[in-house]
Amino acid sequence: MGDPMLSSMGNPTLSWNLVSDVRELLDYQFMVNALQAGTIVAVMAGVVGWYMVLRRQSFAGLTIAVMAFPGASGAALAGLPSALGYYLACGIAALTIGRAGGSSSRARSAESATIGVVQVAGLAAGFLFLSLYSGVLEQLETLLFGTFLGIDQSQVLTLLVVALFVLAVLAFVGRPLLLASLDPELARACRVPVRALDIGFLLVLGFAVAATSQITGALLVFALLVAPPAAAQALTPRPGLSLVLSVAFALLVTWVGLGISYFSIYPLGFFITSLAFALYVLCQLARHGAARLARRARMHEPAAGAAV
Amino acid sequence: MSGAQASARSNPPVAEASAGTGPAAAQASARSNPPAAQASARTSQPVAAIELRGARASMGGREVWSDVDLVVHPGEFVAVLGSNGSGKSTLLKAILGLVETEPGTVGVLGGPAGSANREIGYLPQRHGFGSALALRGVDLVRLGLDGASWGLPSPIGRRASRRQARARVQEVIELVGASAYAGRTLSELSGGEQQRILIAQALVRRPRILMLDEPLDSLDLPNQAAVTALVQHICRAENVAVLLVAHDVNPLLAYLDQVIYLAGGRALQGPVEQVITGPTLSELYGVAIEVLRTRDGRLVVVGQPEAPHLHGPRHGARPDG
Repeated sequence: MGDPMLSSMGNPTLSWNLVSDVRELLDYQFMVNALQAGTIVAVMAGVVGWYMVLRRQSFAGLTIAVMAFPGASGAALAGLPSALGYYLACGIAALTIGRAGGSSSRARSAESATIGVVQVAGLAAGFLFLSLYSGVLEQLETLLFGTFLGIDQSQVLTLLVVALFVLAVLAFVGRPLLLASLDPELARACRVPVRALDIGFLLVLGFAVAATSQITGALLVFALLVAPPAAAQALTPRPGLSLVLSVAFALLVTWVGLGISYFSIYPLGFFITSLAFALYVLCQLARHGAARLARRARMHEPAAGAAV
Repeated sequence: MSGAQASARSNPPVAEASAGTGPAAAQASARSNPPAAQASARTSQPVAAIELRGARASMGGREVWSDVDLVVHPGEFVAVLGSNGSGKSTLLKAILGLVETEPGTVGVLGGPAGSANREIGYLPQRHGFGSALALRGVDLVRLGLDGASWGLPSPIGRRASRRQARARVQEVIELVGASAYAGRTLSELSGGEQQRILIAQALVRRPRILMLDEPLDSLDLPNQAAVTALVQHICRAENVAVLLVAHDVNPLLAYLDQVIYLAGGRALQGPVEQVITGPTLSELYGVAIEVLRTRDGRLVVVGQPEAPHLHGPRHGARPDG
């Protein structure tokens, strides 16, 4: 890739002493920034993604993530900061998808069609902006696949503000949102504003995606947004525990991914995605194993009962 | 048994044909305390759990029913009957305050509809569980306790309140007899077991009114009888007013105090033997209807204009069940 920063700091090599490795890594301010940003994003993605997976809105989430591409290229074209483009595009996409939604099955199928249309329109707009932008959009690869170099303190601060906002909103609506996701009819009977929560959650998801994509890139947002919660939900049916696990997995994947990519010449997105995928596969295997054990245990149960 | 049901259902004019389990008629007539059917005894009773006066409900511009007068008292077990689309689920939604009922009034526990929803245990009609399938029974019941509360649980006295909540969840799970499997996920449970968990969820806040929308749907006959007996037990033991929506009155006959029959945009309330009769239903529907009583006490309604599709396809756009 020929990153100037990488070449300027010499060749980092991984020794067997992990403590000294971590110390070396923390000597660099850009690495500290990356770890701070990664931590913030991982916690937020672990929580928001947990709800997204539970609500089966991964397709909507992916589409919102893709909107980062037209958002950033449009911002570049208009001469605005790219972060602003991210948040605007993701927010607009979330509202568009939210408007199409509803709880009836017909509204749900209409919603998935709307999401597809929004996605394709966004991609097309992104390519148009890119070709209109006369200069070379240098960060295109960064935009799509992420980077951890060159995250400055102000970006970390922005991420922190967004994450605190998103987590505060989710803490407030957490339980009614869970009820509305699992049982909208009952939620309505309990006077929970299901429709407002639907749209509100998509908006929160939009902000979370815009923030996450600045670390993982627009295309690899799902490494943090889907894989950790899906893995956690495969491991345990308990809502509280799987939420905690989801955040823990996201943090683990981010920290290990950042650590490895510091000592490697390959992009961060690859490591985070591979680690998340491996984690997901492991959890699925563990679940199947546990289910088989439980089945075997249950098969022996009636026999024991009959003997009494 | 199921063969007989199937053949009876394939015969269009015979509407209510599925089998009951016991000598229902004998029990129904020998009930110790038949509650007063109509307005005559209203004044002597304490405040009604549910009271509709000239209520009218419309959904999507279409009038579902109008001029409906109903009274349900605490501790009464009432079935809501009628064909598909007659407005049974709409009635429950009207009581929850989710449907406009102008110009009539709907009173719930002495207040307007919607003011006392925390006192109502509601089990909506389900077309599958969706994401909830991955949940354990205990968690689903717990959701009924505080699922609609905003914000995080307060840290002050959190331990005590959590222990209290857990105890209440255990208690209600024992009440419905689901202790053996409440720790498993819903996807691992049978239809009858799922239904008990859902009833526990509806009961967990000690409601004074329990509204169950087709809880017997998709259950086999022994489970229908068991769930109905459970609901009656709760109704008596906790003095809860119960509204149970059903397609078929026969599994309920031995347990009911009254029925509400919805047809032709109107509603009729009274004891089974007064409401489900040829002349009464003929007047309600506006066509000649015969009610046959089999030797073991089951009721068969013949000549209903719209035969219920007991296991027909479910339409998403339909206003109610």
